[in-house]
Amino acid sequence: MAEPSGNPAPLEHQFPEPVDPRVRQVEIIISYLLRFGGIISLAVVVLGICLSFYHHQDYFSSKDAYRHLISYGAPFPHTIRESLKGALQWRGRCIAVLGLLLLAATPVLCVAVSIFAFVHQRDRKFVIITSIVLLLLLISFMLGKGGG
Amino acid sequence: MLLMLTTFGISVAAGVLGSLLGLGGGIIVVPALTLLPFLGIDIRYAIGASIISVIATSSGAAAGYVRQRMTNLRVALFLVLATTSGAITGAYLAGIIPTSWLNIVFGGMLAYSALMMFRKRHAVEGVNVPADDWADKLHLHDSYYDHALGRQVVYRVTRCRMGLVLMYVAGVVSGLLGIGSGALKVPAMDLAMRLPMKVSTSTSNFMIGITAAASAGVYFARGQINPFIAAPVAVGVLLGATLGSHLLARLHSHNIRALFVAVLLWISLQMLWKGVHPGHG
Repeated sequence: MAEPSGNPAPLEHQFPEPVDPRVRQVEIIISYLLRFGGIISLAVVVLGICLSFYHHQDYFSSKDAYRHLISYGAPFPHTIRESLKGALQWRGRCIAVLGLLLLAATPVLCVAVSIFAFVHQRDRKFVIITSIVLLLLLISFMLGKGGG
Repeated sequence: MLLMLTTFGISVAAGVLGSLLGLGGGIIVVPALTLLPFLGIDIRYAIGASIISVIATSSGAAAGYVRQRMTNLRVALFLVLATTSGAITGAYLAGIIPTSWLNIVFGGMLAYSALMMFRKRHAVEGVNVPADDWADKLHLHDSYYDHALGRQVVYRVTRCRMGLVLMYVAGVVSGLLGIGSGALKVPAMDLAMRLPMKVSTSTSNFMIGITAAASAGVYFARGQINPFIAAPVAVGVLLGATLGSHLLARLHSHNIRALFVAVLLWISLQMLWKGVHPGHG
C-alpha cells in the first residue's frame, strides 16, 4: 500500500546516529537473558509436570484425578519456601511452580542487568530511570506480599 | 491429559496473537479457560494463568524483537517508569473506585483509539513528526529493519510527556481492572508518540512482561498460580510467541494495524459489556 513517498525529512533525520556497539551489546545481553530465562524456566516447568505425572500415573487414566488438580482449592505451594522444600523432595508440582517463578523473575532481571549496562555506558539519565523502575518493581512486589 | 493438551493448544494461539499485537494474550486465555464447558476452570486460576501468559508472551517474543532492534529498549525502559507507578496507584485505588463505570469509560476510550488507529491506516509512518526535546535528550530516536518493506525504517519519537501520562493511566487501569495492559500501551505509542506500528507492538511486548512480573508475586501469594493450569499455558504461549516473533518482521504494518484494531474493538466491547452488566464476569 502507501509507501513512504511524502515529504522528505531533513537530512539529519534520514540517518540516525550509527548504533553504538555498546548499545548493541546491551540489546544482545538482554535478548540472551530473555531467551535463556525462557528456555531454562520452560525446562524446569516441563520437568516438574513430567515428574508429577510419573508419580501419579492415575492422572493419565482417570479424568477425575486430573480434574481434581485443576478445580479450585487444589493443593499446590503458595510460598517460595514451600516450593523449595517440595522441590528438594522431587515433588513435581513444586518444581513446576519454581519454574513459573523463574519465568516471572526473568523480566525483573533484565531491568537489573540494564542498570549495569547503562552504568558501563556512562548514560546517567538511564541509570537513574532504570534504577527507579527496579525500585518500583520491588515496592510493588512487597505491597503484593503485604496485601496477599 | 486431553484437558492439558487443549489448554496447550489455546495457549500457542494466544502466544502468536499476543506477540504480534503486543498484548498479553489474557484476552484469549481467560475467556477460553473459563467459558469452554469441558475446561470450566475457575476464574481465579484463569487470571493467574493469564498473568503467566503475559510474562511468557513477553519473554518469548521480546528475546527476538530486542535482537532484531524492533523493540525500542530505551523507549520501553523510559515508559515502564510510568506504567509501574500507575500499577501501584491502581492497586491502592482498587476497592475505592467502582469498576463498573471504569469499564465503561475505558471501554469507550479503547473504542475511540481503535477508530483513530483505523483512520491512520493510510498514513505514512514517520513523516511530519513534531520535535520533542525529551526524546532528543534521552536519545530515543531509532531505526529498525523491516523485512516486509525490505529496508531500514528510520523513525523519530515525539510527545514523551504525553506518552508518560498515557502510560501512567494504562498502568492504573491494568492495576484496577486486570486487563488492558497492552491494549492501552500500543495506541499511546502509535497515536501520541508516533512510533511505527511494529515498533509499538514489540516495545509494548517488552513492557508488559516487566509490569506483569511485578504483579505475579501477588497472584502467587494468593494461591492463584495453579501449576497444572499455568504450566501448559506457559509452555504453549512461549512457543507461540517465539513463532509469532519470527512472523512480525515479515508482515506488513497495515495488516498488523488492521488486526490490532479488530482485537481492540473486541476488548472494548468486552469492557463495555462488563460495565453495563456488572457481576456477569
